[in-house]
Amino acid sequence: MLSDKLTSCGIADHSDIPASWPSEERLKKGPVVVVECFQEIPCNPCETSCPRQAIVVGENINDLPKVDHAKCNGCTICVSRCPGLAIFVIDVNYSETESLVTMPYEFLPLPEKGDTVSALDRAGKECCRAKVVKVVNTKAQGKTPLVTLTIPRGMEKSIRFFKLIP
Amino acid sequence: MTNTNFLIIGGGPAGLMAALSSSEFGLDPLIIDENQTIGGQLIKQTHMFFGSKAERAGTRGFEIGMELEQEIGKRNIKIERQASAVGYYPDGTLAVLQNEKVTPLKPKAVLVATGASENFVSFPGSDLPGVYGAGAVQTLMNVYGIKPGRSVLMVGSGNIGLIVSYQLMQAGVQVKAIIEGLPKIGGYLVHASKIARAGVPILTRHTILKALGGDQVSGAVISKIDDKWQTIEGTQQTLEVDTICLAVGLSPLTEILWQAGCQMNYIPELGGQVAWHDDLMMTTMPGIFTAGDVTGIEEASTAMLEGELAGLGAVKFLKGDSKALQSRINDTACRLAALRAGPFGQKAREGKCKLAECRR
Repeated sequence: MLSDKLTSCGIADHSDIPASWPSEERLKKGPVVVVECFQEIPCNPCETSCPRQAIVVGENINDLPKVDHAKCNGCTICVSRCPGLAIFVIDVNYSETESLVTMPYEFLPLPEKGDTVSALDRAGKECCRAKVVKVVNTKAQGKTPLVTLTIPRGMEKSIRFFKLIP
Repeated sequence: MTNTNFLIIGGGPAGLMAALSSSEFGLDPLIIDENQTIGGQLIKQTHMFFGSKAERAGTRGFEIGMELEQEIGKRNIKIERQASAVGYYPDGTLAVLQNEKVTPLKPKAVLVATGASENFVSFPGSDLPGVYGAGAVQTLMNVYGIKPGRSVLMVGSGNIGLIVSYQLMQAGVQVKAIIEGLPKIGGYLVHASKIARAGVPILTRHTILKALGGDQVSGAVISKIDDKWQTIEGTQQTLEVDTICLAVGLSPLTEILWQAGCQMNYIPELGGQVAWHDDLMMTTMPGIFTAGDVTGIEEASTAMLEGELAGLGAVKFLKGDSKALQSRINDTACRLAALRAGPFGQKAREGKCKLAECRR
């Protein structure tokens, strides 16, 4: 059952998130995918792009993707292949106090490594400052560049976008 | 313009796929399209398509259009651009207008893949410059590279409203809000989420009351509405925008089908009046096929598969059946059913069922 907040505002709520969340144990082991695809739509590039078969949609392409977080190594290939831009990669082991979140970003100008940006949650609310540690924009991303931010530990649950600071 | 056995009216996703599938089985189709560029709506779609690998999922719409055009070129399929089918005569003659000259064509089979036109809503000020259909905004931005305005109110949260809002944001245009009369977002929630996280509010149960401005739009007044679509007092607000973009649905473009005498039925789930068709997309008039949005408003991916089926149907009609043809038809029909199998395909499934039962 999808939350009202998701179906009427497009913002995934506390009740929607757990379905996508890896176990604490898995999170501690390194970068891992978070697939925020909560609605049945006919789509499966996440499944076909994963080299480790960690994401399975199955025969009915309307089914929700099932993620085996144990098989995922956080490679980020699926992040720029998802037509819904609904996939993120999270790493809670960046430092004692910081986590990494990798997200798709289809806007210009692209930030540069080392830039400080304003990190936004699922509702577009500014939550904290974040540092850009990586920008990947090769042919393989197909014009959906990937941006990795460092954010305070714990914020990886909520930060899903950012804006440049003028 | 040369005569043909199989004339395809409309070079969008459905028409192009019909040309490819029919040519694969030995037909020599002719595509006519009123535009200079073929691909129909595909040429404006900058987002990655959904579906599975066979439907080119993960590829951006305009790239799918370019791929199809290349395949059409490889197969030497004839295309007449800026050519419109302007009339169908009782003896099976189609009048095609190109360069101010009408050419009569008399094909043995025709595919009407004319697509759809945008719906509009009326409100005070809806005739002001600055009120656009979403298709026009997409054409301006993605075909001609022109920003339609600086700040926009989007009316409608179906996939078109959501996608065009996102494209406006990418172009550096401020989207002030997306409003939707229904209590739930109409399009894919993943599209909605990528707009919401950039800070653009999606306001369900809201309507537009009027556009403000003298010579052009300078604002919009919106209001909350209740279950009976009545405005709720005290919830009005004014948004400062120079553009109001309407994405309030599409209607099938069926004129040629009416002229040809095809049995037409009003099926709300499919977007209005559509022609009855069989499993191979043939209407009640032998040899007249139909596919894509003109036979029910859906996604480009379903239009492509309907087109593929119609092309195969034309092969069967003109050259008879074969084992290879039947197996190809079954495969395409299965993929089409798979795309429609989920909750988002429910409306189309119900509409197509209703239509099938309408045969007189």
